[in-house]
Amino acid sequence: MTTWVPTPYEVVTRTVETHDSVTLTLRPVAESLPAFRPGQFAMLYAHGVGEVPISISAIPGDGTLVHTIRAVGAVSRTLHDAGPGTVIGVRGPFGTAWRLDDAEDLLVVAGGIGLAPLRPVLGHPAKRTVLIAGARSRQDLLYQDEIAQLSDVDVVLTVDHGDHDWHGRVGFVTEPLASIPLDPDRTTALLCGPEPMMRFCARTLLGRGLPAERIQVSLERNMQCGVGLCGHCQLGPLLLCRDGPVTGYPMAEPLLLAKEL
Amino acid sequence: MNVVLDLDGLDALVRVLRRDGRVVVGPVLRDDAITLAELSSAAGLPSGWGVETGPGHYRVRRRADAAVFGHSAGPQSWKRFLHPPRRRLLSSDSSGLHPAEDDAPNYAFLGVRPCDLAAIAKLRQIVGGRAPFVVAAQCTEPGELCFCASMGCGPAAGAGYDIALTERIDSDGHRFLATSGTDEGAEVLARVPARPASPNDLALADQDVEAATRRMGRAMPELDLRDVLTANRDSAHWETVAERCLTCGNCTMVCPTCFCVSVEDTTDLDGNAERSQRWASCFEIDFSYLHGGAVRTSGAARYRQWMTHKLGTWHDQFGTSGCVGCGRCIAWCPAGIDITEEAAALATMMELGGERP
Repeated sequence: MTTWVPTPYEVVTRTVETHDSVTLTLRPVAESLPAFRPGQFAMLYAHGVGEVPISISAIPGDGTLVHTIRAVGAVSRTLHDAGPGTVIGVRGPFGTAWRLDDAEDLLVVAGGIGLAPLRPVLGHPAKRTVLIAGARSRQDLLYQDEIAQLSDVDVVLTVDHGDHDWHGRVGFVTEPLASIPLDPDRTTALLCGPEPMMRFCARTLLGRGLPAERIQVSLERNMQCGVGLCGHCQLGPLLLCRDGPVTGYPMAEPLLLAKEL
Repeated sequence: MNVVLDLDGLDALVRVLRRDGRVVVGPVLRDDAITLAELSSAAGLPSGWGVETGPGHYRVRRRADAAVFGHSAGPQSWKRFLHPPRRRLLSSDSSGLHPAEDDAPNYAFLGVRPCDLAAIAKLRQIVGGRAPFVVAAQCTEPGELCFCASMGCGPAAGAGYDIALTERIDSDGHRFLATSGTDEGAEVLARVPARPASPNDLALADQDVEAATRRMGRAMPELDLRDVLTANRDSAHWETVAERCLTCGNCTMVCPTCFCVSVEDTTDLDGNAERSQRWASCFEIDFSYLHGGAVRTSGAARYRQWMTHKLGTWHDQFGTSGCVGCGRCIAWCPAGIDITEEAAALATMMELGGERP
């Protein structure tokens, strides 16, 4: 039953990212968990409220954990509101990581909070890194200051709804994806966002000659145990907490096409 | 080791297992059903009781003889002991997080039918825990809903038993051929009054079990069910099943291998918190809940998930089928939905290339 016992971590810093999202830095109270890899997730436990899966959104390498949390339900709201000094329980690392080994050019496509699990790969030493990030509005775009300072990443930002303060693109991430310079022979694409977004992005990329084997998506289902025991996160043959969240597109495509799978 | 026990010998077996500190659980007649409960002696077994089953139907009936293992699967399975319906996982208070103690008793299961023996192996592969001592009862009398033979899980007891019994009542009396499957089983049998088994005892037991193979009430289609289910992912047939399915989850509760759990958090007024797990069902609307709503809302999607997991994707996840052919899901479905019939319909559709049969 040790599977179920969280390790206590203390909130060190709480950075407000958007109107509904914060980034927490957590420090182990005593024992620490094994190192996380980009794409993996933790189960974060709010005392008495419950536990939710949250991806790792930075890997500082000093034993702290960094998680960006959007308040969408009772548990994530409690975690979102946790100030410095709050102790929360952490289990992990769980799931698969982004596979970057042979990536020459990296194409990172994120929708909304989907940018959080992709943030750690932006520092990966690729020959060329392109980031296309979309959000509902300017107010929903994560890490805006940090993105503005990325010197060796080509950044394209787009929002669904523009306003008078927004001077950038308006529209879906598929639009810049269809036109940006891309070498299909040396590009690895990492996609994270709503399922329809990932499907349409993948379709665009396949159309541009990128092989399905070099497209990876991060999939989400109801993760509870993190180790393939509770059954909630099934997607066809996959137990996503164990076999995902990062999944190769050849496996993911037929599963994403089936309704209510 | 092969010996023959009479009823006194069976009773002695229960006493020996109890004396060794084991909690002996076996079939008992309770609330007009053959249920599973702790036994203090073999006298608690449902002597002379059988069952009559059908889709959405289960009744106990009086047998013409005094057989104690002459009944097919009941509403409960050994799952409730190996994977309890509710279990505390941890508590949390101002002093920290405390894992719950594993307080599972040292079980001996008596009268485990071969289908359930297979189910115990499949379940323990996932949930783990301490191995029970298993006294299997080979099946010589399958029920109307049984299809263990076509799942490769019976009627002969497969691997995993400590002792296998084969019950026989004839002019030579009421007796049990007892075969040890492990050293521990042989050691237990050596302490029970018994006579050595003759070649005739062994031949009769083989003959009775062999005859049972041919008397299965149901069968799964002889196709690779993984292919059938993959080919039918978008089939209109799921809607047809959903017209009858009440999404009540009975099939998952009575299934001896359905292992899914949900985690629940509670607090008291002193600020102490507790986490526990309880049996969950893929038929619950919240089972697939993600922020924004459940993934599988329609009954069709939920039935597809259950059947596809049980017969298909279980192979991908655990290298085996999740079904043992016990027939419980058919008996306890209030609408009488029959997984073998649905599999046959899907198999026909696959062969016809997606057309409705």
